[in-house]
Amino acid sequence: MEICRRENALEISELDPFLAELLRQIPESATAQDSPRAKARIYSAPAAESEKGIHQEWKLYVQPELQRLFQSSTETVASDLKQLCGNEKAFANRSFKIPAEHADAWLNALNQARLAIAATNDFTESELGDHYRSPLGSRRDLSLFQVNFYGFLQELILREICGYGSRD
Amino acid sequence: MLAFCMDEGSLTTLMSNGNPTTTIDLPVIEQESRTKEDVDLPWQVVVHNDPVNLMTYVTMVFQRVFGLQRTQAEKHMLEVHQLGRSILWSGVRERAELYVQQLHGYLLLATLEKTD
Repeated sequence: MEICRRENALEISELDPFLAELLRQIPESATAQDSPRAKARIYSAPAAESEKGIHQEWKLYVQPELQRLFQSSTETVASDLKQLCGNEKAFANRSFKIPAEHADAWLNALNQARLAIAATNDFTESELGDHYRSPLGSRRDLSLFQVNFYGFLQELILREICGYGSRD
Repeated sequence: MLAFCMDEGSLTTLMSNGNPTTTIDLPVIEQESRTKEDVDLPWQVVVHNDPVNLMTYVTMVFQRVFGLQRTQAEKHMLEVHQLGRSILWSGVRERAELYVQQLHGYLLLATLEKTD
């Protein structure tokens, strides 16, 4: 995989078909609404349980706004990912661009996907820190790899587009 | 003829010959120095630790939402990471709710809490 920062976009080329497939799964993973754990994490509580009034107001006024924001982000990403749905040979490496103005949508959709997958699988902190586990063992291993790959992409967008590199 | 003598905490009426007649305790008047915002103060915006969100991402969100300098944002991010939570802001409820809404928009674990 090669990464190149162009004027108004981040270009990723020589993308392995397996990683391309993981990218195509971002919108679906981000909208894992059938998982109560994922839903509870993405729409987390705004206050302690005893603050019933706040919870009611939140559900009524804030959650629909958040839902619209999250949906808009995943739609933008899904639209960008159409670049990966060309007629290339199945095992050929792919290329695609993340436009700079879509950086926030990508960060948001990747975060939704990571949080939903981590919540659904109930990953522990030490599992999430294990960046070297092979994705080939089980479905759980593949999900963990997916979370870490999306995290890598987030870091890339933060550094290359938003100018937020890690500081030593 | 009456005269008044104000002593610490009491008011005494005196006869012309100087003998006291009545002594009244003066009421204690407390100074109200709080502003309207202070009266509605006890709310704070707390961000909780989350093993999934990236450290650089959390720093960026703190800068964007609260307008913090990067070093301040990193200090709060590390507090969240090491202590499990950090108080990012405190003040009136309406504004605290707005901050929590913004933080939830970035998918951080944030809550609104009353201060003790």
